[in-house]
Amino acid sequence: MAQLTYRDAVRRGIAQEMRRDERVVLIGEDVAAAGGVFKTTPGLLEEFGPRRVLDAPISEQAILGAAMGAAMTGLRPIAEIMFSDFLAVCWDMVANEIAKTRYMTDGQVSLPLVIRTANGGGLRFGGQHSQSVENWAMAVPGLKVVLPATPADLIGLLAAAVRDPDPVLVLEPKALYPVRGEVPDGELLDTLGRARVLRTGGDATLVAVGAMVPRAVTAAERMAEQGVGCTVVDLRSLVPLDVRTLLDAVAGTGRLFTVEENPRLCGWGAEIASIVAEEAFPALRGPIVRITTPHIPLPSADTLEDLARPSVSRITDTVLKALG
Amino acid sequence: MNDNPCPDVQLELYRRQVEVRVFEKRAYDLFLRNLVKGTSHLSLGQEAIAAGFGTAMRRDDYTFATYRGHAHTLVRGAPMAAVMAELLGRDSGLMGGKGGSMHLTSVEHGVMGSYAIVGAHLPIAVGAAWSAQYRGSGQAAVCFFGDGATNIGAFHEALNLAAVWRLPVVFVCENNLYMEYTPIASVTAVPRPAADRAAGYGLDPLVVDGNDVEAVYGVARAALERARTGGGPSLVEALTYRHGGHSRADPGKYRPAREVEEWLARDPVSGYRERLLRRGIPAKILDDIDTEVRAAVDAATDAAEAAPPPAPERLLSQVWTDGGSSWRN
Repeated sequence: MAQLTYRDAVRRGIAQEMRRDERVVLIGEDVAAAGGVFKTTPGLLEEFGPRRVLDAPISEQAILGAAMGAAMTGLRPIAEIMFSDFLAVCWDMVANEIAKTRYMTDGQVSLPLVIRTANGGGLRFGGQHSQSVENWAMAVPGLKVVLPATPADLIGLLAAAVRDPDPVLVLEPKALYPVRGEVPDGELLDTLGRARVLRTGGDATLVAVGAMVPRAVTAAERMAEQGVGCTVVDLRSLVPLDVRTLLDAVAGTGRLFTVEENPRLCGWGAEIASIVAEEAFPALRGPIVRITTPHIPLPSADTLEDLARPSVSRITDTVLKALG
Repeated sequence: MNDNPCPDVQLELYRRQVEVRVFEKRAYDLFLRNLVKGTSHLSLGQEAIAAGFGTAMRRDDYTFATYRGHAHTLVRGAPMAAVMAELLGRDSGLMGGKGGSMHLTSVEHGVMGSYAIVGAHLPIAVGAAWSAQYRGSGQAAVCFFGDGATNIGAFHEALNLAAVWRLPVVFVCENNLYMEYTPIASVTAVPRPAADRAAGYGLDPLVVDGNDVEAVYGVARAALERARTGGGPSLVEALTYRHGGHSRADPGKYRPAREVEEWLARDPVSGYRERLLRRGIPAKILDDIDTEVRAAVDAATDAAEAAPPPAPERLLSQVWTDGGSSWRN
C-alpha cells in the first residue's frame, strides 16, 4: 500500500498498461518530453521511448483521428486531450466518428481506445479551461464515460478502459490531481459500470461523481454530526451506469440528492432523477433534488468560482433544508 | 520505349472503371424507382481515380473514402451484391442496412470506412498509417476526398501530422471543380486547392489528369512505393468532373453547359476504351468485360431487390463489441 497523488496515479496506471501490452501507445500535446502540463505523464517517454509516447501538435482532430485510425488497425491508443473543454474542437471525432463507427459498420470496426482529459473547475482557469463536460459525453451513444474520484480508482478504471474493446472517455477531475489516496501494491484492474457506496445512512442518498465525491462525503460527515444519516454513492461511471446500486441506495433512504459539477441543464443528474422517478417512485418520500453548478459558464475569480461549484456547505444546507 | 502498364493491368483498369460506371448508373436508376432512399453521391465521370488507385494498391492496404464512396469500395473487391443491398437498406447489405450509401465499409477488403463529415477521415487515415508504421507491416493508407475538404481544418491537421511522422499515407484529392454546389475556385485562396497547399507541409505538388486512368495508376504506384519505403506521405490532386450533380437532390444546373460538354467529351471510361482499341486490343475482349460487368450488376440488383429488410434485432445491435447497446444494468 502506498500513498499516491491522483496525478502520480495517472502515470502509474498508464505505465502499468504499457508494460503489459505492446499495443498500448500514448499520444497528446506535451505528454512526452514535457511529462504533461499537469505532470501526469513524466517518465513515460524515458521508459517506453518515442515510438510509444508521442508529442502531438496542437491538433485535437488529428490526435483523436490518429487514435481512431490506430485503434481500428490493431493498436490500443491512449489519447490525451489536455483540457476537456478542448473536446469541443474535436467533437466530430468523438461524437460522429469514434462513437458511431462500430454501429454504422454493423460491428466490422472495433475501436479499443481511451481518451483521457482533465475535466472540471477549481483551478480558477475561467470559462474555457474549467468545464465539466460529462453531460455532453453521456449524451452520445457509443461512448463509455468514466470519472474516477480517487487515485486507486483512476488506476483500476483506466486499466479497465484500456482493456475495454470499446471507446472510453476518462474524465480526470483536475482539482483532484494533487490529492493523495491509498493505492494497493501490484496490478490494479477495476470494472466499468460499478458504482461504489462510500457510506450508508438512513435519511438521504447523495449521488456524485468526480470532484464532487469528496465534497459529498465531507457533507455527509458534517450532517452525521447533526444526526442526519446519508448514504453516499460514487457512480464512478456514467456509461455504463450502475442503476441497481443507485436504486438500492434510494430504496434505503427514500430521498435522492445529486451533486453535479456540470451546469444545470441536461446534467447527468437529470437522467438519474428520471430513472429513479420511473423505477423507484414508491420508495421516494420527497422530491428528488439536484445540486449543480448554475447554468452559467464558469467564472475565473476564486470567490465566484467557489460560489458556482457545489460546495460542502451548499450540499449540507440544501439537504438539511429539503429534509426539513 | 513503351511506358504503358502490362496488358493484364490495362484490362484491370478498364474493368474496374466499367464496374463503377455500370453500378453507379444502376444506382441512379434505382433512386428514380425510389428503391434507394435518403441521399446518394455518385462517381459517374470520376471512375478513373478509384480504378487507378484500386489497381495499384496491395490487398492489405487501407482505403478511407467519403460519402461519395461507392467507387472506392467496389474497386477493392467488396461484393457488389452487398453494396447494392446496403444502398437499398436490406438485411444482406454490407453493413446490414445500418450505414447506407454514405458509409460503405468492408474491413475484409481494406475499406476502413466511408465518412460523411467532410475532412474527418483524413486524420483517421493518418492513424491507420501510424499503426502500419508502428507494426512494421508495410501497409499504406489511401485517403480519398473532394476539393471541398481542403478548406476544413482536419485536412491541414492531418497533412501536418502525416508529414511530421513521415507516415505511409497517400492523400488523394478528387478535384471535380465544385464543392457541393459552389465552384471551388470561388471559395479557395489558391488555384489548386490541394497541390498549392502541399508546400505548406513540405510535400511536392502533384497534379494528375484524374480522367486518365493510366496516369492515375502511375501516380498511385509511385506514391505507394514512397509510402512503403519510408518516404512519407503524398498529396495528389486529381482533376476530374462529376457527370451529374452533387447528390441525388442536385441536377447540377449551376454548371455552364459548355463546361459540362467539354468534360463529357473527356469521359474516362469511353476514352480509355478508345485508347485500348487504338493499341490493338480486340473489341471483343472489351465487349466481353462490358457484358460480364452488366451481368454482375444485374445479378447484384436482383439479389438486393429480393433481399428482406434488416431484421428488427439489428436496431439495437453492435453499439458495443459485446454485440448489444445496453448502457445500464
